[in-house]
Amino acid sequence: MCDQTFLAIVFGPCDKCSNEKPLRAVYIKSEQLSYCSLCVEMDGKVIVWDSFTTNKEHAVTMPCTWVMACAYAPSGCAIACGGLDNKCSVYPLTFDKNENMAAKKKSVAMHTNYLSACSFTNSDMQILTASGDGTCALWDVESGQLLQSFHGHGADVLCLDLAPSETGNTFVSGGCDKKAMVWDMRSGQCIQSFETHDSDINSVRYYPSGDAFASGSDDATCRLYDLRADREVAIYSKESIIFGASSVDFSLSGRLLFAGYNDYTINVWDVLKGSRVSILFGHENRVSTLRVSPDGTAFCSGSWDHTLRVSTGAPGWVVCFNRKGQGQGLGQEN
Amino acid sequence: MSGKTASTTNSIAQARRTVQQLRIEASIERIKVSKASADLMLYCEEHAKKDPLLMGIPASENPFKDKKTCVLL
Repeated sequence: MCDQTFLAIVFGPCDKCSNEKPLRAVYIKSEQLSYCSLCVEMDGKVIVWDSFTTNKEHAVTMPCTWVMACAYAPSGCAIACGGLDNKCSVYPLTFDKNENMAAKKKSVAMHTNYLSACSFTNSDMQILTASGDGTCALWDVESGQLLQSFHGHGADVLCLDLAPSETGNTFVSGGCDKKAMVWDMRSGQCIQSFETHDSDINSVRYYPSGDAFASGSDDATCRLYDLRADREVAIYSKESIIFGASSVDFSLSGRLLFAGYNDYTINVWDVLKGSRVSILFGHENRVSTLRVSPDGTAFCSGSWDHTLRVSTGAPGWVVCFNRKGQGQGLGQEN
Repeated sequence: MSGKTASTTNSIAQARRTVQQLRIEASIERIKVSKASADLMLYCEEHAKKDPLLMGIPASENPFKDKKTCVLL
């Protein structure tokens, strides 16, 4: 049984409940000198944060209380989000306080089951979505038309990642059928598939060069698959790690792999040596999502403890965002 | 074979599709892992200097450090 449906049964959409509001997806974008991060919550709000000042820049209340995926448009002018409402909606971002962001919402994607992941392609005009109905789909934002659908997974698709633009029109998806599949966006064809994990694949991320991708799974391992060699080339695991990895991302050079786990920690792996470089504590509940900033100076982790933490390479510096709106800068932690 | 039911025909069609897909996947060009991993290592090497999380950033440039000094009340 896939972890996603387990979530829906155990927690149930509850507006009033103040416990257990997991943060699902985080996307970091930098514009000029400030970072913005997108925070997605199970009580149906999408929040855009400025990660330097820890202020909330935008907050959109979604009609559906379960938002599971969010993405920033490449231009920074719009966000897309969706979840248990089976849809992916696009909201144009506006700094005008008088405008109601929810009013300008555009429903783009329609699936027959929950939306687990979404991502804009190279432009603001197309969105790629992954769903619990086992398919991925490419949509035109303006018309809401389905451009291409990708069938092949035998169970819910939990994650997807687009290849870095130099390497062309492919993307990788991971699902509850333990398979990671690489797709050609134009033809809808599955080009390669990898089935070495022992459990659901929660997160996939391309290596910066586009020649490989990493996956994090409920079997407590992360694995590196090389696309040109068409096989798994590394496993990142330890006997002491028994909780699933929920989210993975590479550092800028691809040397480090950051993985957030359900045991509240973040492990940093040396991609080439296969060894663990570092383990980061601090979250008080499972780490559900993790993303490295586009310029590589920091990474942000989101957790079920209602916080987002931005960590940089400078040892011990962590900034903590509390969803209640008070950004607390934490000083050096040992 | 005795009469095929709809489900048998379906699963045959499905099996045919699977075989077709597997044939496509089997026919792609693969390179040796030694070459693939050498390329990954080369990429890491080339970009290592530009990776702030790998190299660390000097405290003066840390955008997240507190701007105000702490005041004891």
